[in-house]
Amino acid sequence: MTPLLEVKDLRMHFPVRKGVFSRVCGAVRAVDGVSFSIEAGKTLSLVGESGSGKTTTGRALLRLIEPTGGQVLFAGQDVTKAGKEDLRVLRKQMQIIFQDPFGSLNPRMTVFNMLSEILQVHRIAPPTEWRGRVEELLRLVGLPQEAADRYPHEFSGGQRQRVGIARALAVEPKLIVADEPVSALDVSIQAQILNLLEELQERLGLAYLFIGHDLSVVRHISDEVAVMYLGKIVEIGPKERVFENPTHPYTRALLSAAPMAGAGPKHQRIVLQGDVPSPIAPPPGCAFHPRCPDARPECRELGPTLQKVSEGHRAACLVHAPEHQ
Amino acid sequence: MNKKTNTEQGYWRLVWRQFRRNRLSVVGLLILGLLTLVAVAAPFLANDVPVYMVKGGKSYWFPNVISYQELEAANFYSTAMRWTPGEGEYALRPPIPFSPRNQMLLDNKRGPSAKHWLGTDDRGRSVAARIVWGSRISLSVGFIAEGISVLVGIFLGALAGYYGGRTDALIMRLIEVVMCFPAFFLILALVALLPPSIFTVMFALGLLGWPGIARLVRGEFLKLRESQFALAAKASGLGDARIIFRHLAPNAMAPVLVSATFGVAGAILTESALSFLGFGVPPPTASWGELLSQSQHLVGSGIWWLVVFPGLAIFATVTAFNLVGEGLRDAMDPRLRQ
Repeated sequence: MTPLLEVKDLRMHFPVRKGVFSRVCGAVRAVDGVSFSIEAGKTLSLVGESGSGKTTTGRALLRLIEPTGGQVLFAGQDVTKAGKEDLRVLRKQMQIIFQDPFGSLNPRMTVFNMLSEILQVHRIAPPTEWRGRVEELLRLVGLPQEAADRYPHEFSGGQRQRVGIARALAVEPKLIVADEPVSALDVSIQAQILNLLEELQERLGLAYLFIGHDLSVVRHISDEVAVMYLGKIVEIGPKERVFENPTHPYTRALLSAAPMAGAGPKHQRIVLQGDVPSPIAPPPGCAFHPRCPDARPECRELGPTLQKVSEGHRAACLVHAPEHQ
Repeated sequence: MNKKTNTEQGYWRLVWRQFRRNRLSVVGLLILGLLTLVAVAAPFLANDVPVYMVKGGKSYWFPNVISYQELEAANFYSTAMRWTPGEGEYALRPPIPFSPRNQMLLDNKRGPSAKHWLGTDDRGRSVAARIVWGSRISLSVGFIAEGISVLVGIFLGALAGYYGGRTDALIMRLIEVVMCFPAFFLILALVALLPPSIFTVMFALGLLGWPGIARLVRGEFLKLRESQFALAAKASGLGDARIIFRHLAPNAMAPVLVSATFGVAGAILTESALSFLGFGVPPPTASWGELLSQSQHLVGSGIWWLVVFPGLAIFATVTAFNLVGEGLRDAMDPRLRQ
């Protein structure tokens, strides 16, 4: 079975310009060769620190920013090569939910205007049915009918996020990129939104690319997890394997930093030294070696590739996932 | 609960609350309101045709704005000023019982008096009537010229800010070119080349006033295009035109409104200057600048009322617009919010 979404070697480099003539003097390698795939109805999570390229990956694969290279295949069709009209049709199937429920809704439009506009542009329903469709969408995300005639500022954060979800659902998509959809919300609201996302997945058969940094949230919602560091995936695999048997030292450090129920007495925190290096000039060899507790001399020279650890579970580490295991 | 409310109303209510604190700006707004009223009601304020009259056993309501066939047949309209009601006849005249075109040659160059409140010019036309009617020219030139500027400015500024890159560079260079021309002389040249009419003046002013607005809008768009709701609109598959004009432009209007208020004042001033030099609205249409230009060769003979009253009218209008503009600017400044 072909996966719903297949990302191959996606790269997103932002040029760094300098001087009077805006000479290009380097590039921020925000996303540098990322590959993964998502099956219909499943959830893949991208986790990593700020600046690791998670959000950029999500936006580049929807072509909200034009990726520098690589392929994004949605149901076999290459998104990166789609023309204007193809892209419009593709965007009917791939949607995004943003992190900031305050910034992602146009403050000058009512919910009804926002949603009906989408129905109009994609010719999903004739004008006479807009009202009913909008109310149906609102019901789907757990908002009252009256919400249709309100402006964004009249809602709480969680309610706005529900409006954002309704907007994504308006086109009846198959895949939703959820870009940290709960990190800006109170913990009690987070659970409600997560439950809503799960419920919608079950009812509508949605696939999610879930971008997050809260590991307990990720563990709750994912089928698969990919850990990103400096624009690259360092470990990817089914949720249980990655969480039970973290292989890359970075993943281990991340997991040790997260408070987990039942971590037991042998839970030991690995504290990373230093900061994330600059993505303009990433360290040679394995980008993680300057902070890695297990680094060896060869890590300075050789860039590791993803190697199989167990079924479906791969990691990019010369030490813990050597090439010929 | 009232539907269809709030952000819109909420935001403007907040602006109004802040605006109200500035007394001078409120005074400015009152002056503008009064001025608009004068311009709209000019036929009722200064006219040789009565507002209500009884003539030949028949009563007429508002012959000043309604043209009655039998009055026209009797050639009443051209002689209305000299008509005195006879036995059983009656005329209720406007407070200034002269039209701006009535020439009372015997009464020329008269100073302010009970009959001619603000005096007469060298052809015996009532200055008061001409100032009242001139307000129509000044306000309409101000608003329409600035309206053209705003439309062009929003359009080009939005394109520059939203697309960036080459489009931006091209539009910014165009802005610099237009800004570098000594605007007044370019307007003079344009008005001299085009057929003289009020529309030429509006057009010329509007076509040179947009760069400031375009730059403001561009700045707002540079900020707005990075906003999440712009990305969200793009992700929803909406077209560029829709994103630019329906989603982003309404969020960029606040600074434009402030700038446009000052712009109207500028346009009124420039129109007066043009009329003063004889390039403005062609005579015999009354305009404030044209009154001033008449005074040019008369002021030496002590006819001060031709300078002072139209000058005051221009001064008051421009000041009022500037006061309102300043008040709006302060009211919309988020740093001053409490």
